[in-house]
This record gives sequence, structure tokens and C-alpha cells, in this order.
Amino acid sequence: MQVWKLLLQRLWRNSAFRFGVGVLGVLLLLAALAPVLGTVDPAAMDSAHINTAAGARGEFAQLDGTLVKHTFWMGADNFGRDIFSRVLYGTRTSLLVAAFTATVAIGVGALLGMLAGYFRLVDAVLMRFMDGLMAIPAILLAIALVAALGAQLWTVVVAIAIPEIPRVTRLVRSMVLTLREEPFVEAARALATPTPVILWRHILPNAMAPLIVQGTFVAASAVLTEAILSFLGLGLPADIPTWGNIMAEGRVQFTQYPGNVLFPALFLVPTVLAINLLGDGLRDVLDPKFSKRGR
Amino acid sequence: MSAGAAPVLLIDRLHVALPPGSDRAHAVENISLSIHAGKTLCVVGESGSGKSVMATAVMGLLARELLPGPGSIVLQGESLLDASAQRLRALRGQAMGMVFQEPMTALNPVMTCGDQIDELLRQHTDWGAKRRGEAVLQILQRVKLPEPERMMRSYPHQLSGGQRQRIVIAMAVILQPALLICDEPTTALDVTTQKEILRLIEELQADLSGGHRCAVLFITHDMGVVAEIADEVLVMHQGRAVEYGTRDAVLNAPQADYTKMLLAAVPSMTPPPARPAPQGAPLLRGVKVGKTYSARDWLGRQRLTHALKDASVAVLGGETVGIVGESGSGKSTLARCLVRLIDPTLGQVFWGDAKVCQLGESALRPLRSRVQIVFQDPNRSLNPRRTVGDSIMEGAINFGATRPEAVRAAAHLMHQVRLPIDSLQRYPSQFSGGQRQRLAIARALACKPQVLVADEAVSALDVSVQAQILALLREIQAELGLGLLFITHDLRVAAQLCDRVIVMHQGQIVEEGPTAALYAHPQHDYTRRLLAAAPGAEI
Repeated sequence: MQVWKLLLQRLWRNSAFRFGVGVLGVLLLLAALAPVLGTVDPAAMDSAHINTAAGARGEFAQLDGTLVKHTFWMGADNFGRDIFSRVLYGTRTSLLVAAFTATVAIGVGALLGMLAGYFRLVDAVLMRFMDGLMAIPAILLAIALVAALGAQLWTVVVAIAIPEIPRVTRLVRSMVLTLREEPFVEAARALATPTPVILWRHILPNAMAPLIVQGTFVAASAVLTEAILSFLGLGLPADIPTWGNIMAEGRVQFTQYPGNVLFPALFLVPTVLAINLLGDGLRDVLDPKFSKRGR
Repeated sequence: MSAGAAPVLLIDRLHVALPPGSDRAHAVENISLSIHAGKTLCVVGESGSGKSVMATAVMGLLARELLPGPGSIVLQGESLLDASAQRLRALRGQAMGMVFQEPMTALNPVMTCGDQIDELLRQHTDWGAKRRGEAVLQILQRVKLPEPERMMRSYPHQLSGGQRQRIVIAMAVILQPALLICDEPTTALDVTTQKEILRLIEELQADLSGGHRCAVLFITHDMGVVAEIADEVLVMHQGRAVEYGTRDAVLNAPQADYTKMLLAAVPSMTPPPARPAPQGAPLLRGVKVGKTYSARDWLGRQRLTHALKDASVAVLGGETVGIVGESGSGKSTLARCLVRLIDPTLGQVFWGDAKVCQLGESALRPLRSRVQIVFQDPNRSLNPRRTVGDSIMEGAINFGATRPEAVRAAAHLMHQVRLPIDSLQRYPSQFSGGQRQRLAIARALACKPQVLVADEAVSALDVSVQAQILALLREIQAELGLGLLFITHDLRVAAQLCDRVIVMHQGQIVEEGPTAALYAHPQHDYTRRLLAAAPGAEI
């Protein structure tokens, strides 16, 4: 376990990684603690507070009719919903979409990539299919998939993940092509280790570092794509708040109340930046090609 | 021009500090040496001895973490440690030329060889294009490249390894430097090519600088090369000078224990007395094995490469069969065919009495325990992400051992390959090259093979470590009665270890026979050339 300790030390010395982890840590806390951070039901509308200004105090009528004292840190939208609550709950959705999408894209991509890299016959067929998939613009493919499947959390995740899969597959395939020629893999073959075990035990762990890095980039683009889908009205329905659909609904009165668009953007931008920096930091430390020369 | 007795290069009590936290404080510690014009100083040492660090310090190319000093490096009366970066840049090429180990990476792959040599002239001279072109052509003739005009227009990948190294040498000597630094210039080359390159360096040294002979600082790990070309020898160990003297003194009457050990570890070219011939049926047999690679170009035309033709081999229990040959001779292809890591296109392979050529991977698996293989590169032959124990137990568990049985067997194997038992919990990166090779041998032995195929298994190791691994292989063979198929390019190793030797050239077996007879009376022309090219026949 000393190996892991050393690795963590090296990661922590990387300032990009530290920044990424710090910002994501704060966001995770905000998302997890959303119910106790002075929020109300993000879907509740109070007609008394339509377009309330940011920072105003007042009483908010909850769904069951009871009134609670509430500070509208970010104001309220044109339906009288509290934007602060919507943005915090939206953080949950965005981070969930990011995590699930990265997991699905990496999981499926790694599996397909390993098959393509190890079995020549699979390679010929699968990679042509992937080439085809890559020829379709990612966002168009996602829009088509959501339109076909209907907008739910899992369909949005799948729709964002599918266009990412070919990229991950290519990455894994190219790594497997080199790894399969490594002497330790040949030794495992000589030791009669079954092929699935070779893939799982000898090849996958050695391809893990670039995969994790790629995973962070998929996660970052998933946050953006989800926001774009919602902004175009193809994402999750309005009762599940996401940064994208908050912005989409705020857009109609952007000139009078720019806060409805700007506050979610204030969360969206640092999130994407933090995930990308986290990935850069991981790549610098895990991928020897980018690290400084020498041992 | 330096005056009569003044040395071209004078290094006085040079230290080069390693960054804090390294295994020792200095990469180079208190090294003093001098080379006179026309002389060759060989610096010998095993990996990590600091010999290359010293050479890079002379060139002023040390990595930023390495700090030179105290001490001094004086080239033709000029202190190099005090020189500015700009001055050093001017000196490199003009006053000192460098030849590196790997000619492919020393050359720029997207520039023609002629342009790369020309670049030097443009940097260091004010000659016009025509004069530079003539100079390039002339130097290519001097390094004895065939068709110099074509070579000028060629890219590095279009040349052979030996030709590439000649280009690198041409670049090093075109400005007639007073000092030529060669850092393992022949290590990546075949023996026959090595011999030619060594002779070329000697010849160039003689006629450089208009009658003024240049000094050569030659870094090598190979005692045979030292015997070929050195005037003086500096032996380095752990950054310190162990011994410094003339070639004959160091090679014939070494004073330091380390030098004696190093010389004793060099295998002799004279084979030991033959062992009694083993009896019984062959455990591993290849009959007329052939491997042809086919590639199709964009027109769909097939192009065949015959990597291996008609190779027949048999290995008996307790016997060591050597396969020697240069790179591209097909010896590794043959080994891989015999272990069925690649499928031979022709012929038949027998493991014991089982025909294995036609068997699919799953039918082959139960038989795999019979033949095992050890590879060349100890850094890549163990999975870096698994503990050594897991790697070693993998084979035994694949062949039906329970985990406790496998653990016990692994502990026994550690004892057999002379490593502590707690090695099993560690990762490969925590071991040295020699130790990793022991681990690779242990892993191969774990499933109780009848035949062990060693593919250049000691080629990446220092001579002293190599001697230990060879002793270990011999011992294990005696204990288990293994058949050993030993693939190597090193005729010395083959002479000491093998009962029979097979010589391969361009995918074919050209000669085979008992080691002593073959070394004493080689029949085939190629075998004779190979034996003649082995450096340092006298040691």
C-alpha cells in the first residue's frame, strides 16, 4: 500500500490536481448538504415571489401551504421558484450525470476497446462501426437519442455517453495493441492463463491510468452536454432542476433578470474547469509521457 | 593546437552530485583522468557506475538535477565547467564530437542524413552551400558508406543500424574535433557490425585533424571491446575510479578486486569440456518449422517475408541447446514458434509426444506447463501492477494447485532463485534487473516445466549479474533435469552454457554441432565471420 501513499503524495504536489479536488469537494458538499443549507423545495412555486430580486428576505409558501422564513440569495424566477434552491439541487443532477456518464462511457469503451485490441476479427468489424459513430456530431447524436428515448436521468446519461464511447474505445484499443505484445502478457499466455483473465488481470490494470484521465474529460464534457440539452429543451423536465434548464427558463427574460442565467453559469463554469484541471493533474502524474524525464 | 605533452582532455577530481534522496550522494566522485592526442581511453563499468554521467558532464549536457563540482574538466587548456552555455555549444561539434548508443534516436527521423550533417557545418562554419555539400560527401566517403550521394538523400529509417551509426560518427568527426566522445556506440549493434564500427573509429582517429590525431573517450560495459581498442582503461564502480592504467596492465594484471571480479565474470570464448550426452526422447522438438509473414499493399498485392525457414531443433532432458545469431536471424521467431506464442506457418512442433501445431489455444492450455519461456527485458517481463507473489503463483494455480499449495511452492521457488521470501509481497519495481530476471525464472518454473526456453535472458544484464543468472540456470537444470533452449547473440555466453549450438542467419539454420567442435572448427562461412567478430578474443 506504500505505492498508493506515494502516488497520493505526488498527486497532492500537483497544483492543478489540488485545485480540481478542492472545487469538486466544495461542490459535492453543497450538493449533499443542499436540504440543510437554507433551501426550499426547488420545484415549489410561490406566486407572491415572482421575479424577486437576489438577496431579498421574505416568507416562502411551501407546497403544503405552510410559510417559512426564507432568504432569496439568488432571487426567484418567473414562476416564483427559489433559484438558490434550484441551483443547489441542480448541482446534484449535474454531478450525477457527470459521474454516471463517465462510468458508462469508460466501462463500455474499455470493454469494447479490449475486445477490439485483442481479437483481430472483432477489431475489423467493431472499429468500422465506431468510425461511423464518430462521423456523427456528438451533440446531434445525443439530441436524437434523447428525442427517441424520452427525457429521464438514465436516458440523458446514455445519450451523452454513447457519442463518447468511440473515443474511449480507440484509446483503449491502442493501449491494448501495445500491451498485448508485452513480455508479461506473453508469459501469462505461456502459463496457460485464460484469455479473459489475461485481459482483466494483466491488460486492464496497465491501461487504467490513461482511462481515469479520459474519464475526467468525459465527465467535464458530460456536464456541458447535459446543460446544452436542457438549454435546448431536450434535457430533464423542469421538475428536476439542472443548471441547463434553469438557464433555459431564465433566458426568456435575460435582459430584465440576468441572474437567472448567470447564477447557474457561475456554478457550471468552475465545475467544468475543476474537472478538467483534475484530469490534467492526473495525467501529469499518471502518464509518464508527460512527466519529467528520468526516474 | 595543444603543445606536445599537454593532454587534450584533463579531468581533475571531478564530482557530480546526485539530487538529495538518491541512493548515493555523488553520481561521479573524485574522478581524475587525462587523454592525450591519438590515445583512446576506455571507461568501463556496469550500469549505474556513473560512466555516462561523467561523459555528459564533459559535453556540458548534464540533466538539471545533476550538479557538477568540485573538480575541473579542462579541454585543450579551457575549463569546461566555467564555460558559458554559448561557448559550450560552440565547442560541441567543433572541439568535441559525440557518438551515442542508439543511432536511430540520435538522428532526426524527418531530416535526410545529408541535411543533418550539413546543419552542423552551417552552425559552426561560414562556408557556402557548395563547399558544405562537398565536405558532407567527403565525410560520407571517409566513414565508408556505400553510395555516398544516395546516403545524403536518405532518411535514417532507410539505412541499417550500422549505416546509421556511421552517419552519427560522420557528424561527430566532420569538424575534426580534438576529442571524440563515444558513449556505448556499438552496444545496439550486431557483433559483425560492431567490429566494423570499432575499426572505423580507430582509422578515423589516425587521420583526423590533418596529421594531428584526436583523443577518444570511449564508454563501454564490454571488456571485449576494451581489449580491442583501448590504450588506457579507467574502471568505474558506484561513481568512483576503481582502477586506472594501461590496457595490458588492467586486463592482464588487475589490482582492484572489483576489476578482477569484472574480468572473471566475462565468459570465455573457449567452451568447457563437453558433458556426457543426455539420453532419451526429446522433450521439445521442432521439425522443419517455418514462419512467413504476409502483408498486402494498397493494390492488394501480397508481399511475403520469410522470417523463418525449415528450422529443425530437438531438446533433450538435461541438455542445453544454444541458438546464436544476429538480429533478424529468426532466432526469436523460432523460440516463439516452439513455445506456440506465434503460430508457425509450416512444419510441426512436438512437446514431448504431443503435436501442438494444429491445436487451438484452449486445447493447448493443459499442455502449456511443459514448455516455459523467460524473456530478455527484465523490466517488462513482470506485470508492474501485480505483486511478485501473484505473478509467480499464477502458473501453479492455472494448473490446478490450491492457493496454499501455490504459496508453499512460491516460497520454495524464492529459495531456489536465492531471493528472500518476503519478496513475494513486493512489486516488480522494487527489484533490480538481475533480481527481476530471477523472478521471471521462478515464475517459469512454478508450473514445473520440462523445457525452459530463455530468449536472450541475460542480454540486458551487467556481466557480474549475468554470471550469477547463468550459474543459477545451470544449477536449476542439474537439479530438475530440465531441457534448456538458450537463445543469445552473445557467443561467449553460448560457449560457456551450451552443449550444442545452432547458428542461424537470415531465417535459416546454417550450422549446428557440439559447442567445442563448432567453436574450434566452424564449417560455414557465416559462423567463421561471427566467431572472428567477437571482440577481445584474448580474454
